[in-house]
Amino acid sequence: MSTMTAEATQVYSVFIRATPEQVWDAITKPEFTAKYFYGARIENSENGHRSLGPDGSVWGDEPTFEYEPPRRLVHGWRSLYDPELAEEERSRVTWEIEPQEGGITKLTVVHDQLERAPKTAESVSGDGWMMVLSGLKTLLETGEPLVEVSEGEAS
Amino acid sequence: MADDDRVFKALADPTRRHLLDRLFERDGRTLTELESELEMTRFGVMKHLRVLEDAGLVTTRRSGREKLHFLNPVPIRLIHDRWIDKYTEHRVATLADLKTQLEEHA
Repeated sequence: MSTMTAEATQVYSVFIRATPEQVWDAITKPEFTAKYFYGARIENSENGHRSLGPDGSVWGDEPTFEYEPPRRLVHGWRSLYDPELAEEERSRVTWEIEPQEGGITKLTVVHDQLERAPKTAESVSGDGWMMVLSGLKTLLETGEPLVEVSEGEAS
Repeated sequence: MADDDRVFKALADPTRRHLLDRLFERDGRTLTELESELEMTRFGVMKHLRVLEDAGLVTTRRSGREKLHFLNPVPIRLIHDRWIDKYTEHRVATLADLKTQLEEHA
């Protein structure tokens, strides 16, 4: 999106008309993530973060550092879907889920420790996380995915 | 106030747009850094940052003793999806109709 160097700490947040439990399910269960995360089937559990692309290839396979349903999830990140990005060092993704007044939940994603992964930092900035969060909001509020990803289509 | 109203209100001020541009250039800044680039009191900058934070356009994180301000572009994307796409789509549709009409009469 821009020519500047992407930041080593990136913060994104969105208010979603849903309960913390619904948000938690949407970020930890593959049947949900497939509808908004570039088609990836992501399973986040105490044992790890595992992401499969629509074609079944491994997009991510990292440890889970913190697992506190339905409030906080911290896991490692390496973009295995791109050989150039996969070579970079592991970064970290933190999901924070905070209930607000009026049935609203605030979801914040912090992608940090990107100092030694500048290409990954660039690739997830701009549209990267933003599309994930706006897609997640749309899915939870309307039940419809923002973008249809067909089987076998890599993003 | 609805989410969209907060975002539009926050963007309807040149100082606040300037603050967003500064954070776009380099993210994760302290109040002191942001204040040094503006001809405004610390209190004034704080007030503007608060409006941006309420609209969800700025998120703050603690890092040791410092409070860092981060640009959160998600609400602008949502405004784009909700307001801009809708009208540009309409314009494209109008052109498509015009093309059909002109071709019918050709």
